[in-house]
Amino acid sequence: MGSKEKVILDKQAIDRAVTRITHEILEKNKGYDNLVLIGIRSGGDHLAALIREKINEIEGGQVPHGAVDVTMYRDDVGQGVVRPLGKTEIPFALDNRHVILVDEVIYTGRTIRAAMDALMDIGRPSSIQLAVLVDRGHRELPIRADYVGRNVPSARDENIQVSFDEAHQPLEVRLIKP
Amino acid sequence: MAFSHKHIIGTQQLSREDIELILETAESFKEINQRDIKKVPTLRGKTIINLFYENSTRTRTSFELAGKRMSADTINISASGSSVTKGETLEDTAKNIEAMNADVIVMRHSCSGAPDYLAKRLTKSSVINAGDGAHEHPSQALLDLLTIKEHKGRIEGLTVAIIGDIARSRVARSDLYALKTMGATVRLAGPATMLPPGLEEMGAEVYTDINEAIKDADVVIMLRIQLEREGGNTLVPTLREYAQFFALNTENLKLAKPDAIVMHPGPLNRGVEISSYVADGSQNVILEQVENGVAVRMALLYLLAGGSDEE
Repeated sequence: MGSKEKVILDKQAIDRAVTRITHEILEKNKGYDNLVLIGIRSGGDHLAALIREKINEIEGGQVPHGAVDVTMYRDDVGQGVVRPLGKTEIPFALDNRHVILVDEVIYTGRTIRAAMDALMDIGRPSSIQLAVLVDRGHRELPIRADYVGRNVPSARDENIQVSFDEAHQPLEVRLIKP
Repeated sequence: MAFSHKHIIGTQQLSREDIELILETAESFKEINQRDIKKVPTLRGKTIINLFYENSTRTRTSFELAGKRMSADTINISASGSSVTKGETLEDTAKNIEAMNADVIVMRHSCSGAPDYLAKRLTKSSVINAGDGAHEHPSQALLDLLTIKEHKGRIEGLTVAIIGDIARSRVARSDLYALKTMGATVRLAGPATMLPPGLEEMGAEVYTDINEAIKDADVVIMLRIQLEREGGNTLVPTLREYAQFFALNTENLKLAKPDAIVMHPGPLNRGVEISSYVADGSQNVILEQVENGVAVRMALLYLLAGGSDEE
């Protein structure tokens, strides 16, 4: 095909970015008390697991983590083909917790809107903060991330992909030009 | 992987991939039914009509809840108290419902083939068969499969015994097609008058002795003796005699595998096809079937109404 690919974050760069995000989360929330990590399927849940590991390394404590699938809350259900559903797994109450919502890439903001609606249907968190590995711009809703791994200015016809290995560890972030 | 069906008429038309997709989708919806707030916005603005020409509590309520929990508008029409009693034909009733822009028509009818007849004549609405005569009841079979999969972790390679009035059971037919597609061994058993010809050609093993059918089975599905039909056309001398030879009880259940599960599509005739000891015993999963029914129907409605119509 005529498409060009460029690696914008390799394994080490991703690891450093996630480590920094983890420190920022701990700094802003003054520790991990009352925190929960919720990853957006699929990809965000793997990153949430990675942040959880790093919190454990840094502060020596286990933060509950879950995954949310936003397909049922998308604003384009009924347009195009039916999307397969993933599972939402949040085996703890969200009420009065600080939720760190984790996704790979923030783009239009519509996925995050759907995820926030999904969380609100499950409980009433004290706050929701957003952590993303890549912010590629082009927001269509008034939504911003609290923790960003890398800002990557991109064109709308480009695509950004985060790949993971079989153990769900992030491998690299690629920018794909049409 | 895409779901290519516009209507759900029977499990006979569903491929293995279709069934796997439906079960996976249902597993995702199950989580919603356990929440405090049992509602998601997925099908808001969609209209689902339950068109029931035959009595039903469980299936109709289940479809209605499934639609409502996905924020669709669901309306129930039963044949009594509607224009059906004024002599309107099935096709006219359905065309009128379609003209009101219903997205899905869920239909139960005493005539085999009625949902298929409608599906071929409607241009916009999807049709889900909620039981037609002695033909099929696909959503019941799919909830049976989900329940089996949850308990056994698989369907392929299992031995499933289905016992009772096979001749008049749409559940047996839908279960048979779906279980065979998924690679299970299906044994059908009942009195000879309740075993129609041709079952072997459909892939089943046929027994007239309940004990042989149950032996080493992983799953035992008991069918309801349809008392309302038994009055008109009797296939067994007396219910008492039927219970004597074909009821599932604590004794014959011992022939099945020790971890076998007992299922029943409901409503139960306690003391006829199933003893109360078994119906309330540790191996019964009958109420889990009901719970799974809502999730499976949510999956079917989502797969039919969650995409666009463009072909």
